[in-house]
Amino acid sequence: MSVLNAPLGGYGTQLAEGLILTLRVSLCSYAIGIVFGLLGAAAKLSRWRSLRFGAGLYTTLVRALPELLLVLLAFFLGAGLFERLAVSTGLALDGFSLSPFVVAVVALGFIQGAYITEVLRAAVLAIPRGQHEAAKALNLPPLTHLGRIIAPQALRHALGGLGNIWLNATKDASLVSVLGIFSDVLKVSSLAAAATKRYVFFYAVAGASFLLLTFVSMALLERLRRRLMPVNLA
Amino acid sequence: MSFSWDFFWHDVLPPLLSAVPVTLALTLLSALGSVLLGIPLSVALGAAPRWRRWPAQGYSLLMRGTPMLVQIYLIYYGLGSLIPREWMRHSWASPVLRDAFWYGLTALTLNETAYVAVILKVGLDAIDRGQHEAAAALGLSPISALTRIVLPQALAVVFPMLANEFILLLKSTALVSTITIFDVLGTANNIRFETLRVDEPLVGAACVYVLLVGLVTLICLPIERRLTRHRSD
Repeated sequence: MSVLNAPLGGYGTQLAEGLILTLRVSLCSYAIGIVFGLLGAAAKLSRWRSLRFGAGLYTTLVRALPELLLVLLAFFLGAGLFERLAVSTGLALDGFSLSPFVVAVVALGFIQGAYITEVLRAAVLAIPRGQHEAAKALNLPPLTHLGRIIAPQALRHALGGLGNIWLNATKDASLVSVLGIFSDVLKVSSLAAAATKRYVFFYAVAGASFLLLTFVSMALLERLRRRLMPVNLA
Repeated sequence: MSFSWDFFWHDVLPPLLSAVPVTLALTLLSALGSVLLGIPLSVALGAAPRWRRWPAQGYSLLMRGTPMLVQIYLIYYGLGSLIPREWMRHSWASPVLRDAFWYGLTALTLNETAYVAVILKVGLDAIDRGQHEAAAALGLSPISALTRIVLPQALAVVFPMLANEFILLLKSTALVSTITIFDVLGTANNIRFETLRVDEPLVGAACVYVLLVGLVTLICLPIERRLTRHRSD
């Protein structure tokens, strides 16, 4: 990575490390988002009204609040509440505190989960009723019904939406730079810009880094789409 | 430190509510600007000649492939550093050049234009070729054909998508709080730094944004009904 140092005004290594942190935040938050999304979609499609109501509240509220505000709420309110709850219920020892990385990726994952919920719900609803009926007629156990009949088809419907949310996840990872405790690629660029007074250059470098993530992601998503899509749907 | 309702009602909500016009102005002005700039961009996105299509595609990819926060910093700090000092300090433009609001507004508009153009292109593509041909047969100029025949129909098609996009835009305006603009989130952060109380300003900001999103949704519904009033369904 040190070969990048000269053209990047001595900040090559730090920028590369920052980009890796950004990628880690994106990947972890997306994985958590998928968990929230699966739970949310299951709740929205469930038989019980209270679950449907809870999931509806979750997606509506998260999608009505600015991402930056949600991240701040998670850091200054959510983390503290969780820590106190964990200590008072005896799940954790006194003085327990969450690592900032965990708080950041859970907060971002919580946000993406709301969007993933909607994508997954729509994907399941797009499967023709006959598929459910056929699975029942074959007397498949519920897990096989879900895993072998519904999930593979829903995945194909959801792929486009999930890809878009991943592209957003890489961009939303830039929000952690505002907190001031993460040396992600945007924070490193800001520090480099302020120290060298080369604002345009270093913010352009930050932009180019995110663009690189976007392009690589788009190429990989396209390959994935080709693999998963049957010819007649592609 | 526990949540104080008294502090919340008397010291947090009034300043947050008085910051609502800033957030609304940023949203409405950049929505308007992005539609005006998005129309030519969406036409260029669908244009046949490459020299018109490629720059438009490049712009939309650049804007949609990088975080808004980077764009805001690039315009506020980057563009700000390129402007000569004398212009900043002693010129007719200095009130504008020194106010972060205009940099934030520019960044929001430039970013939103790319998203709006892609949505408008969906609408333009949905309009039957016959409409273009009929407009040409009536002797309308290409501009009139676009603004009087094709665009009104395209807008009706994509209005729900645009409304959705403007709600995302309203939420994106919170990002300009990072460049010293006192919108709702910026004001909440300011209260946070001045009083060292965290819970009330952040919860207050959340309430205000939920109300604003509800308001924008309510405003959009009658517009959608009006734009689609000719449809039978």
